Amino acid sequence: MTHLPSGPRPRVSTFDVVNAALMLTVLVVTLYPFLNVLAIAMNESQDTVRGGITVFPRHPTLANFQAIFAYGNIPQAFFISVARTVIGTVLSLGACAMVAYVLSRRDFLGRSLLSRFLAITLYVSGGLIPGFLLIRDLHLMNSFWVYILPTLVNAFNIFMIRSYMDELPIELQESARIDGANDLVIFVRIILPLCAPVLATVALFIAVGQWNSWFDTYLYNGSNPQLSTLQFELMKILQSTQAGADAMHSDQLKTQQITPDSIKMAITIITITPILIVYPFLQRYFVRGMTLGAVKG
Amino acid sequence: MHTSGLSPATRSRAEPRRRSRLLRRAYEQRYLYAMSLPFVALVFVFNYVPIWGWLTAFQRYRPGRPFWEQQWVGLKNFTDLFQDETFYLALRNTLGMSVLGLILGFTMPIIFALLLNELRDGLFKRTVQTVSYLPHFVSWVVVAGLVYKMLSTDGGPINQLIAHFGGQPVQFMAHSTYFWGVVVLSDLWKEIGWNTIIYLAAMTAIEPALYEAARVDGAGRWQLMRHITLPGISRVVIILFVLSIGHLTAIGFEKQLLLSNPVVKDSALVLDLYALQNGIGMNKFSFGTAIGVVNSLVGLALLFGANAFFRRRTGDSII
Repeated sequence: MTHLPSGPRPRVSTFDVVNAALMLTVLVVTLYPFLNVLAIAMNESQDTVRGGITVFPRHPTLANFQAIFAYGNIPQAFFISVARTVIGTVLSLGACAMVAYVLSRRDFLGRSLLSRFLAITLYVSGGLIPGFLLIRDLHLMNSFWVYILPTLVNAFNIFMIRSYMDELPIELQESARIDGANDLVIFVRIILPLCAPVLATVALFIAVGQWNSWFDTYLYNGSNPQLSTLQFELMKILQSTQAGADAMHSDQLKTQQITPDSIKMAITIITITPILIVYPFLQRYFVRGMTLGAVKG
Repeated sequence: MHTSGLSPATRSRAEPRRRSRLLRRAYEQRYLYAMSLPFVALVFVFNYVPIWGWLTAFQRYRPGRPFWEQQWVGLKNFTDLFQDETFYLALRNTLGMSVLGLILGFTMPIIFALLLNELRDGLFKRTVQTVSYLPHFVSWVVVAGLVYKMLSTDGGPINQLIAHFGGQPVQFMAHSTYFWGVVVLSDLWKEIGWNTIIYLAAMTAIEPALYEAARVDGAGRWQLMRHITLPGISRVVIILFVLSIGHLTAIGFEKQLLLSNPVVKDSALVLDLYALQNGIGMNKFSFGTAIGVVNSLVGLALLFGANAFFRRRTGDSII
């Protein structure tokens, strides 16, 4: 190589080497548990007992995954998890965007009142027991809607969408109004399409929250297998085997030559996979969204 | 009152006109009301009614009876609470884990952000960032499973490392002494990358000319970090610090519930878990609510205390 154009050539110092090594350690420490679980989930169950599986399966097989779809309540729980994530995200995103649009309208009567009404919920909450008693009094226990309604309107998400809407040029709305469009039409036809990046970010937050939620199932629908979720099933399995009370499942597993450990890892992978699938697509959105919020806030 | 020189007669004539103008504007905005009022109702039900539910703490709440037929007991639930030894255990665990969590969970993301910022922009930096956010998106149920797996004495990598260096295997999950550490470190593992986002954003807002000028003056890397980058993000750091002090008692119960087992339950009992066990587990609804009220009040006091302290020091209020 001939000499490069002038300018300071980047010099690699001791600092750079140490720093890169540290960052590499963070990378390994973060990724290893996931790779290890994946390797065990993909490995032949009886072989895993011998130990020594790190990041590659020794005897690759999909038998563990086949087994869990015949195991207990998993298929139903998977269905409920998908349903609450899809329905919850669509409804909550729609609701938050609508309220955000109303708040972004500077001429809206009662704008500051609404804004304060929502902001208070960020700081004060009734807490665990009053919340539980409310859900019970509303007869939302043993109901699918307990997954959707209590978190449908979220002040944080509303403020995030609103701060994006505030940046949109007002002239767009004014010209549409002159053409005879009402507020609902303006919202659906003009505002929503322009807000795609922030809506993607908020949708990701809501969807991840829905998918990962287990405590509402535990509290309200724990005794109803029809409404169980994947996270709750995983939680039950992890807790029961950790307490050493695995006898319940062992007969079912023995006939299939599948060990509890492999089952646990396979369900863990099923639980993480949807997140891994959407993560790369939405990553750039949420970083930008968070950055916007951070610089403003 | 400022009447801007209008005679009473003019004002009384202007008043109805103003009202009808307001009504017309409200009518013109009827779609906006239709778009927001149903959701206002939901927020009222799910966020405001539970605050009203705090009154339960002053009652002997019996389910199935209307509010006005409940028996009022004054501060009895609170005096019971302050006489209960378990309350002090739960308070100790809550503050212990949250203070440890504040020390590590607050400083490490700053250090991580500073070091990430020193990497040259490129594939490696982006990879580290992308991977470090990932655990934030995974549920605590999964993380608890991973933690058990990683710390197990039966082929867990941590114990294998210990054995590799000639140590004895440690039963991390079966000793109360390790429980706080396990909770705090797994929380750090989960959130460190996510918590750097805000600092990295603040760093991109720092004027590049400042770095140039300092470099011309002969500043090295450490000096740039110490005198330009750190002061550049100090406002964000202070805001987040005050907010996290306000959240000290609001550490929740998720990690503690999922990571605990009967052996370590005395180290795992935090205030929210204590409220859950009493309030829902044992149907002592009023007592459980009282625990929640005390927890919130301690948190509010910490928040306002921290804010007052920083206002006096920096002349800047955060809340």
